[in-house]
Formats: sequence, C-alpha cells, structure tokens
Amino acid sequence: MANTADSISREEYFYGHKACAGCGGSLAVRAALKVLGKNAVSVLPAGCMSAVGFNFPQLCFSNNSIISTFAGTASMLTGVEAGLRARGFKDFTAVGFAGDGGTADIGIQALSGAIDRNDNIIYICYDNEAYMNTGIQKSGLTPFGAKTTTTPAGKNIHGNIRPKKNMFEIAAAHDIPYAATASVGYIDDFIAKVRKASQIQGTKYIHVIAPCPTGWGVPVDETVNIAREVVDSGLWYLAEYENGEFKLNRKPKEFTSVADYLKKQGRFRHLSDEDIDIIIKSRDKKWEYIGKNFKFD
Amino acid sequence: MSRKFLSGNEAFAEGIRLARPQVISAYPITPQTIVVERLSEMVEDGSLSAEYVHVESEHSALSCAIGASAAGARAFTATSSQGLLYMAECLYYASGGRFPIVMMNADRSTALPWNIYGDQRDSLSQLDSGWIQAYAENAQEALDLALMSYKIAENKDVSTPFMANLDGFVLTHTYEPVDIPDREQADKFLPPYETDNRIDFENPKNMAFSAGPDTNYIFKFKEHEGVLAARDVIAETEKEFAEIFGRKYTGLVENYLTEDADYILVTLGSIAGLCRETADKLRAEGIKAGVVRIRYMRPFPHREIAEALKNAKAYGVLEKDISFGSEGTVYTNVNSALKKADVNIKGYNFIGGLGGRNISASDIEDIFDGISKGTSNVNFIGIGGDSNG
Repeated sequence: MANTADSISREEYFYGHKACAGCGGSLAVRAALKVLGKNAVSVLPAGCMSAVGFNFPQLCFSNNSIISTFAGTASMLTGVEAGLRARGFKDFTAVGFAGDGGTADIGIQALSGAIDRNDNIIYICYDNEAYMNTGIQKSGLTPFGAKTTTTPAGKNIHGNIRPKKNMFEIAAAHDIPYAATASVGYIDDFIAKVRKASQIQGTKYIHVIAPCPTGWGVPVDETVNIAREVVDSGLWYLAEYENGEFKLNRKPKEFTSVADYLKKQGRFRHLSDEDIDIIIKSRDKKWEYIGKNFKFD
Repeated sequence: MSRKFLSGNEAFAEGIRLARPQVISAYPITPQTIVVERLSEMVEDGSLSAEYVHVESEHSALSCAIGASAAGARAFTATSSQGLLYMAECLYYASGGRFPIVMMNADRSTALPWNIYGDQRDSLSQLDSGWIQAYAENAQEALDLALMSYKIAENKDVSTPFMANLDGFVLTHTYEPVDIPDREQADKFLPPYETDNRIDFENPKNMAFSAGPDTNYIFKFKEHEGVLAARDVIAETEKEFAEIFGRKYTGLVENYLTEDADYILVTLGSIAGLCRETADKLRAEGIKAGVVRIRYMRPFPHREIAEALKNAKAYGVLEKDISFGSEGTVYTNVNSALKKADVNIKGYNFIGGLGGRNISASDIEDIFDGISKGTSNVNFIGIGGDSNG
C-alpha cells in the first residue's frame, strides 16, 4: 500500500479546531487519525492539541477522545486500553498525542512505565520544541541555541544552552517493540510508521517533528518546508528501532546548509557563527554515531 | 457466608474481590501494601478476573483508573499518605469527570517529619477534591464498605468517585473475625457497571474537555449535587445491604447514647470504639456521655450532627488532624453544621493520634472532663490548648 497522503482516508477525525495557522502538531494528529480510523481512541494531555480541540461545547474529535492530566498521557492510555480490553473489545487502537514537554519532561515517568509494561498502545510525541501552548517556554526538547520566553537570547546567554533530550533512543533503551522518528515534512514516512505501529503488538513510540510557526518564527506556509529542511540539513533524522536494531530510513547524500535552516527562523536569528559551529559539530558527531550503530539498506 | 480472621486490609481486599473490578492499578505504600498484594494473589489464582496493572507511581495509579473508568470498566486502586498527595491532581480529575472509581486509603501521617503510622491528615486534606469520603471503624465495616462503595459511586445520580478510609495500622493491620458474603449474594447486590459516561464506538465521545466561564460553574454545581445525592443513595444502599446480608449500618453518622446525653464526643474512624467504652464508664458514674461517629465526611452529615447534638450541653470533636493556623477540619465542619441549625452550645476541639501516637482511655476521660467543665477551643492531647486560647 502506498503511504502517500492520498492513500489515507478522506474522513476527518480532527476537524474544526482552532489551532494556529500552519500548526505542525495538528497536521500530525490529523494524518495519524486518518491512518488509525474511527476505532482509534485518542488520549491527549493538557497542551496545544487539547487546548484547541476540546472546548465545550465545541468538541472537534469525531473519534473517541479524552484529555488526560499533563503527566498522565501514557498512564491514561494504559487504563483506556485495559478497560476496553476488559470489556471485551478487540478492534481498537489506543493512541496518545503529547507534545515535547508533555513527553520528555512531565510525562516521561508514565511513558517509561507504560513501555516497561509493554502496554498495547501507540504513543505519538508531536515535537514543536517548546511549551508552545503556554507561550513558548523551554522544554527538554528545545534545541541548543533556541530563543524561548524562558531562555532569552541576550548578550550573556544566547538562548537555550542545552541540546535536545534524545527521546527516541530513551524509548528504544526500554527495548520497546517499535520506536520511530518522523517529521511532518515527510508525511508519507510518518503515515507509513503510524500504519506499521498499528500492526505491532505492545508499546509503540513515534517521535514526529512538528514545527510551530508561532514559536519558531517562520511564515505559516513554511511548516512543511522547514520540517523537511530539519531532516535535509541533518539536524533531525528519520529512523526506526525494531527487533533490537536501529535502522536509518533516509540518508541525505549531502546535508543542506545548517546556517540557512537556522537563520530563517526567528528563534535562531541571534546565533553567532561560533554557536552555529557548535550545532554543526554536534550534528556531525551524531551522524558519526548513526553511521556506526544504525543499519541503512 | 464464611468467617475468616482477617486484617482490615485483607477484609477490604475480600470486599473488592466480591465487587469484581475489571481494572486494578496497583502501587505499594505502607500501610496499604497488603491490599494490592492480596488482590494480585486473587488475580493469580483466578478468583478475581481483572486487568492488574503495575503502575510506576500513584499519579499513574489514579490516571490509569480514570482511563479505565472512561472506557466503561469498574476500576479500583488504593493508596495512603504521600501517595494520596502525589495523586492529588488526579483526585479532582476523577471527580470532575464523574468517574465512579473506588479507592481505599490507609489513613497515615504526612511528612515532614516522616512517619508511617496512622492519622487522618492525608484524606482530610482532600475533602474538597469532590470524592465521597467514608471512614471505617473495623474490619467488617471495611469489607462491607468495599462492596457498598461501588453501588453508591456508580448510581447514576451520584456518579462520583469513592474514597474508603481505614486508619493506618490500627485498622489496616489489626485482625478480627470477619463475615465474608457469598459470591452469589454479592452479585445480586452489585450488578455490573453500566453508564453513558464512557467511550462509545457507535457514538464517539469527546471526554474530559475544557469548559469556559460560561459553563464551568454549571458542571461544578452538578458535581456538588452529585455528592449530595449520595446522602439518599447511601441510605437506600444500606437498606438493601441489610436485607441481603443482615448487617445494618446507620448512614452518614452512628450515634451512641446521644438521645439524652449532656456531653457528646464527635469523632471518626477506629477510635470510636474506645470513646463508646468511655461513655459507658462515665454513664455508670452518673455522667450522661454520648458519642457520634462520623461515617461519611463527604457528603457531610450536617443535619444528622445538628440533630444529635441539639439537646446536649456541650460537645467535643476528637480528630487525628490539624489545619495549621486554624483548628481541626472536622471541628470546622461540625461547627458549621451547628451554626446553620441554630444549635448554640459550647464546643471544643481535641487533636490527637498524630503520627500514630496512642490515644488512651484516660485521654478520652480527660476529653469528656474538658467538655463538661470547659477548656480551650483547640486542645492537643498531652500538650494542652493552642496559643489561640
């Protein structure tokens, strides 16, 4: 089956919400639910997608959906899955959509617990690289150098001083049945991974880069392009973890310019040449690691 | 029916087995741990058919139970003390979502200083979380509450989670002979959980949503009415329970010799037995003493307490709790009930048992002495009145 946007359902399950124009997170949720269909039960923590979609009486999910506590995406998924199974249902998918803060910071304990139990759930982290819902504060997945409202870029400190936590490899370290990275810029790859996850028993973790034009400082029609460029420049990579092995899905022959990627975003505009050099070195180190440890067909 | 020699924890677990929860989220904490241990054994031996989930924290324990309840399953969890505080966010979530989860709480002191022994500061700090709160006195009542709790919580007019409180160690770890109902009778008493407040694949739902200023207060009013509706449902449930199992309970309070009492001690939990014995002793000496045991802190027995105390000369409230800078929370609640009913008698607060400190029979005699002769408003047993006078 082709995994293009045309191959998925014309049905809309996440529609009529009030996400910002160009929202990458809503694109990820919309596409994933089209793959999983009407028997998907979505769990979303307090965050962008619940804030834009769940305002009584304007409720925009046409599949069963529920907001969890901020820290409780994975634990509520566990309960939903166990409860439906206990009631005799078999044909359903419990899927979580949590942001980067909800996943890598406050929700990581519950996520680790769910993977440890190997609960039969799909957990999708839509990563827009900061707490966007509350107004662009630094999360554990904010990249080095990014300006946020809690990591201001000044003379003394140039934005965020720490690199992104590697949630993909943290999930894999649990020996999870399936983990993958993705980007809404490569939607066919994301769709294929959601479809694959839906056919695997046990816990599945998909980490999808989902740009936020509001927080990143890019035009609203640039979401998909910038989500491609982060992959093409080598600052993100498309990969899978399965059967104990890492696999790289896409290997750029030549990286596009990191400086170009950074400079077109408001959040990075302040970076010095030295800062950009640190980012390039860190990318190269990561790709050296990938070259040694990831398979590539 | 069979009779076994069980601790409070084990009795409660037996009651839960009879209630047939479909999902149990389990996390250990002293002195609750034995409940989740026994339930795991029941699942292992096949006498309880439930999904037993080993969660990694109390926050996840209740979050998981909420998810299970939203899926339409009967859910159970148990906790104590710091665990209850750690899951506090989820308490409000469960009640606001009208998910009739049952949770046993082993009443235990809260840190700091660390202490694993019993007092009631954990659960009483969560009175405003929207849960029904019951306090058992003995192991038999604990078992019976476990069975009745689901019937009360799941009633369509109530639809509210239920916290059954057992005094840590004094009740959770004390062994008593307990009558265990037959499974057939338990099934007759408690049918499977049915609700519209659940995931539905025919008519998909958006659950646990946001509600802005225009509608939020309506949901809150309904939540309040739900807890209040439990008043009648508790009475009906206990009536049906007595018809099937032969054991009678007395609703939100249990009165002892209050009808003609001059001095009444209001309390809750397992200390009530010693209070009644002391009342008997004082009666033999010619002092008309009585005891009100509060069985439910939510819904609060406003009318029942006013009715029991209206002809007394003075009363005291004995509780294992203090709201720092004010007074014991039970005392505050009792005073409010009396004020609303225009019952104007002297009342005194007695704080005891914090961190598991023993409350002796002579302590309770001293309390009655204080009630009859007058004392400070707020008294710490063994220390004296606070600086508020």
